[in-house]
Amino acid sequence: MSNDLTRLTAAQLSAGLRAGEYSSEDVTRAHLDRIEQTDSVLGSFLTVEPEQALATARDVDSRRAAGEELHPYAGVPVSVKDVVVTEGIRTTAASRILEDWIPPYDATISTRIKDAGLPILGKTNMDEFAMGSTTEHSAFGPTCNPWDTTTVPGGSSGGAAASAAAFQAPLSVGTDTGGSVRQPAAFTGTVGVKPTYGSISRYGIIAMASSLDQVGPMGRTVADAAALHQLLAGHDPKDSTSLSDPVPDFLAAVEAGARDGSLTGKRLGVVKQLSADDYDAGVRTAFTAALDLAQAAGAQIVEVDLPSLSYALDAYYLIMPSEASSNLARYDGMRFGLRVEPESGPVTAETVMAATRAAGFGAEVKRRILLGTYALSAGYYDAFYGSAQKVRTLVQRDFAAAFEQADVLVTPTTPTTALPFGMEDDADPMALYLGDAATIPANLAGIPGMSLPAGLADGMPVGFQLLAPAKQDARLYEVGAAIEALVSDAAGAPVWAGVPTEYAADAASTTTSA
Amino acid sequence: MADGAAITAGQVEHLAELARIAMTSDELEKTAEDLGRILSSVARVTEVATDDVPATSHPMPLTNVLRDDVVGTPLTAEQALSGAPASEDGKFLVPQILGED
Repeated sequence: MSNDLTRLTAAQLSAGLRAGEYSSEDVTRAHLDRIEQTDSVLGSFLTVEPEQALATARDVDSRRAAGEELHPYAGVPVSVKDVVVTEGIRTTAASRILEDWIPPYDATISTRIKDAGLPILGKTNMDEFAMGSTTEHSAFGPTCNPWDTTTVPGGSSGGAAASAAAFQAPLSVGTDTGGSVRQPAAFTGTVGVKPTYGSISRYGIIAMASSLDQVGPMGRTVADAAALHQLLAGHDPKDSTSLSDPVPDFLAAVEAGARDGSLTGKRLGVVKQLSADDYDAGVRTAFTAALDLAQAAGAQIVEVDLPSLSYALDAYYLIMPSEASSNLARYDGMRFGLRVEPESGPVTAETVMAATRAAGFGAEVKRRILLGTYALSAGYYDAFYGSAQKVRTLVQRDFAAAFEQADVLVTPTTPTTALPFGMEDDADPMALYLGDAATIPANLAGIPGMSLPAGLADGMPVGFQLLAPAKQDARLYEVGAAIEALVSDAAGAPVWAGVPTEYAADAASTTTSA
Repeated sequence: MADGAAITAGQVEHLAELARIAMTSDELEKTAEDLGRILSSVARVTEVATDDVPATSHPMPLTNVLRDDVVGTPLTAEQALSGAPASEDGKFLVPQILGED
């Protein structure tokens, strides 16, 4: 019984809780049990908070029993990426430099989650400071992909994606700076959305690259991602980049998309620069099959040309480290976090900072800080950072032109399915960064993107990416819900239902018992 | 750099000083190699960044946001100091700021 509740979607749990079929305490306990049973192998969580989660659940149960009007998703548990600041719950960004930090305040989205009555199960693993695409850059050990525990779950929101895929949480909060929600969603057969820049408040989100970072909802279904987006979105006076527009009705968009014929006349733009040779055969096959289903359902497939995309990755790897080098200057060992004194020589503020940052940051974080420091140096600023900002303009113009011809753009989310552990060791960093080529442009342009499962390739999930114009996030939910239903109907079951549910302790093999 | 010229360990050492990160000579060598590879690739941005293209610093058109100048207590002094590595008398305790020499 207990495990059955973990197999339900957030939408089903919301309905069941309101109908009184079970309590939030039942639901929350079932997910905590599931985490207890599986997380020693998967490693999705850095911190689990059973007492706080159950206290929230019991509070919701008693208020609901008293007839109080609650948020429709009150009592549905959620996991939160450890880059989101949570008052009283350790928040590390998967870095040694914040290993013991217990924040004295809540991020705005933490407040929204608490106010809506969603029990927070715990904080999920990630690449340190969200820098990476595998979750191997966590200072506290990697997360395994529940589809095959010898492979990575993607990153940086790898723990968040794994927790949703492995039935540890029905909903999960991630963040996406260059694909960190969409790529792990693709690798784990889940749904991840990067909203329009400014759609969700970033107050209290540990910053990497402020002109690119955005919070993203994750779940196993398009409807669940929509519900979480709806809950998190909205203007926040504490975030000066927060949009003041009213939040659209994302769940209505999902309903519209699920209706027969919803794709009729919709123009899906296949991006010329992101559709061919750079993708593995299995990824191409699954992507094309999903596209064929959409076409058969009435969608019109057009090809769009975005010539500047070939420069997007390069611009990103200048802008992101430049902003990160500035944002991470705050970890100085003075006001919060780790402090380390040098082993020899004078103990001054400067030497303590250098020793603290040497001990507290991992290799990838140091690499990006130094790259950013270089790109922002006098004499290089115009050539590097300045030029990258111009490329950003060109990418935005390309998208604007493409959206004249298409309602949404479609690409495979990633060139491959989930990769084995250790692929990054000794590899050319630029070759690794190429895996983000399809996801990065949306962050540069500020537009919304979604990854949803297209199907499987050799038993591993393949991601289908949708991109929409800025502030047209609802379009993603409408078209996404339609494609999700087509893929599910064609296969006879949703992709997420096929995930192995038991994980061998040696992490070398998985067994299916679903 | 635009021609993919190498970056030296000495240059990385200077960057590490600016960024306040103590690094070993092995780390400097490895980072020099990595940065050289990355920079020789990303320098391509200069090919299309011509004078007639304006720069975009931010993806959405935004204006400066100001709030009313009202005193509040977002954090108490105790909360603000709660994560400090060292504090004393309600203040952050930091190492000496300037070296002796």
